[in-house]
Amino acid sequence: MDYNKRKKLNQASAFWIFRIMSLAVIAILFWILGFIIVNGFQAISWDFLTKMPEDGMTKGGIYPAIIGTLCLTAGSIIFAFPIGVLSGIYLNEYAGKGWIVRFIRMMTNNLGSIPSIVFGLFGMSLFVNTLGFGDSIIAGSLTLGLLALPVVIRTTEEALKQIDNSYRTGSLALGATKLQTIVKVVLPMAFPNIITGLILSVGRVSGETAPIMFTAVAYFLPMLPSSIFDQVMALPYHLYVISTSGTDIEASRTMAYGTAFVLIMIVLILNLIANALRRYFSNKVKTN
Amino acid sequence: MRKKMFRGKKYFIEALWEGLLKISGSVTSIIIILIVLFLFSEGMGIFKKKVVEDGYVIAVNKNNPVKDLSPEQIKNIFDVKIVSWKELGVNINEDEISLLRLDDIPNYFPEDQIAEDMSNLPQIISQILKEHPGMIAFIPEDFAKKGFSEKVLDLGNINLKEFFGGKEWFPTAQPAPQFGVIPIVMGTLWVSLGAILIALPFGIAVSIYSAELASKKVHKILKPVIELLAGIPSVVYGFFGLIVIVPLIQKVFNLDVGETGLAGSIVLAIMALPTIITIAEDALRSTPRAMKEASLALGANKWQTILKVTIPYSISGITAGVVLGIGRAIGETMAVLMVTGNAAVIPHTLLEPVRTIPATIAAELGEAPKGGAHYEALFVLGCILFIITLIINLVVEYISSKNKNKVA
Repeated sequence: MDYNKRKKLNQASAFWIFRIMSLAVIAILFWILGFIIVNGFQAISWDFLTKMPEDGMTKGGIYPAIIGTLCLTAGSIIFAFPIGVLSGIYLNEYAGKGWIVRFIRMMTNNLGSIPSIVFGLFGMSLFVNTLGFGDSIIAGSLTLGLLALPVVIRTTEEALKQIDNSYRTGSLALGATKLQTIVKVVLPMAFPNIITGLILSVGRVSGETAPIMFTAVAYFLPMLPSSIFDQVMALPYHLYVISTSGTDIEASRTMAYGTAFVLIMIVLILNLIANALRRYFSNKVKTN
Repeated sequence: MRKKMFRGKKYFIEALWEGLLKISGSVTSIIIILIVLFLFSEGMGIFKKKVVEDGYVIAVNKNNPVKDLSPEQIKNIFDVKIVSWKELGVNINEDEISLLRLDDIPNYFPEDQIAEDMSNLPQIISQILKEHPGMIAFIPEDFAKKGFSEKVLDLGNINLKEFFGGKEWFPTAQPAPQFGVIPIVMGTLWVSLGAILIALPFGIAVSIYSAELASKKVHKILKPVIELLAGIPSVVYGFFGLIVIVPLIQKVFNLDVGETGLAGSIVLAIMALPTIITIAEDALRSTPRAMKEASLALGANKWQTILKVTIPYSISGITAGVVLGIGRAIGETMAVLMVTGNAAVIPHTLLEPVRTIPATIAAELGEAPKGGAHYEALFVLGCILFIITLIINLVVEYISSKNKNKVA
């Protein structure tokens, strides 16, 4: 075989391998999604979403777990969004290039890659034991908030980075202060990207199990929380419990499928919203 | 005058705002410092704990020359795996080791002579020990104080060498809990290594395909797919692995249990893919167009250009992606906890149940009493995880800084 033929053959075979492997990855995603959606859809009913669990969590619904996850997610957002966005603004707009900023940036990166179970340990040690919150919504929310913080910071920073500098200098040249420039010019332009990033981080937080395992959740709690110092049930932990250590694992399989379905749906819907927003805004405002 | 006041107010707000930003900016650093502080201060407590279970002591006959026993030796003695003093290098006239726990006392001493309030137990235990020179006793601390005449072994505290060199993890063992992290660390390494070996070819193939070959349309499908893969909660991956992959492995390899290291590796590989793909793709895309075009102009075809120009140029970015993927695999908790079977033994193949560091923490923290040796041991495991991620981050930072120099 001459050189040119071999060259062509090599290219064709390599590219086909890449195509097939990429297809395989897409297939895996659809396999997972399909498996859970098809099996889980049968478990979904109005009662399933609005009733308490019954019979050792083999019947009934997952209402308290849904409410618990909502509380925990909302709590973590209240904590992480303001601080994260402000921190992102600081890093991109105010911080210079000194060693302090390099240090802060490194720490933010580190915080983002710490395993979630370590957050769980830390949350248990600080919020549950040292500050005496006990297993509660507030302890769980704060722990989850710590987890979300680096994501929010990075999102904000990336969004701000994309705003062309001419807008800032233009605003400053017209006599606006730095604060006015940021609030009136930079933030509105970066808003679409910030908000889509935030929505995606909500998806991540709502599915986390390890950080809340020892800070907030109860194995089984057939009532709704009445204050932020109460324990709650949560969807991801509920799925873990009924699929590995429930009273009757086989009997609660349908419940497990249903719970996994709800979890997947949360992530799916948040992703769709984020993508829709991205498209909507990119038609409306042209950054750059 | 009014204008001046307005100005003053404006500057005040400006300064306030800047202060607020600075505080928010430093929050992450403060959190990291707090994490280090809490993790290490809780974890280090274990090295101040006694080798023997809290509140108990090990006692022997007064004339027994034995001085020091490791936790492993104590466990083997009480599991009747070590039966003679010679095995421990101790010479004594009664070579066979006999055991004495509180439950065994009636075998040596008439039960009706033990006082109601057990106040004479120290004397009784002393007497039994005196009669049996080869005996070793595991008794509550209180019985070894007043009136006790035999030798209480001072075994010291749990030390670093036993913790990091121990080959057995059995924190609830009596009389000496076993805190050897080797099986857990090995389990973590095996599972993560397996995951990366599976994920690497797919990750690189998909990133090359996505960056170099895919049309805009295909790219529009591929990107959300990867994003979604990254967004699925780990507990859902675990559930999927438990119901689909575990039985599959059991069937294919004809095993008794499907919950193996391999199941963990496969699930982790799927979970690490998005990290590897996104970062590697970014790196591939950053190759200057001029370089690729020069290669094409010289007569190389697309594949040769990718192989000889694009990949070598972006290799540091690809490496960074892979290293971060490893980091993700090492730290993943729930999915691994659900599919690996969690046996704390040193694995020999990936087809055995294994247990990883995060899974150990998640599985045992709920049962470990606060402030006890077990609780603190789990915090040490947390410290190990923290240090591993720190090292991985430094490696990634080093790789990308090298990359920057190259571009400049």
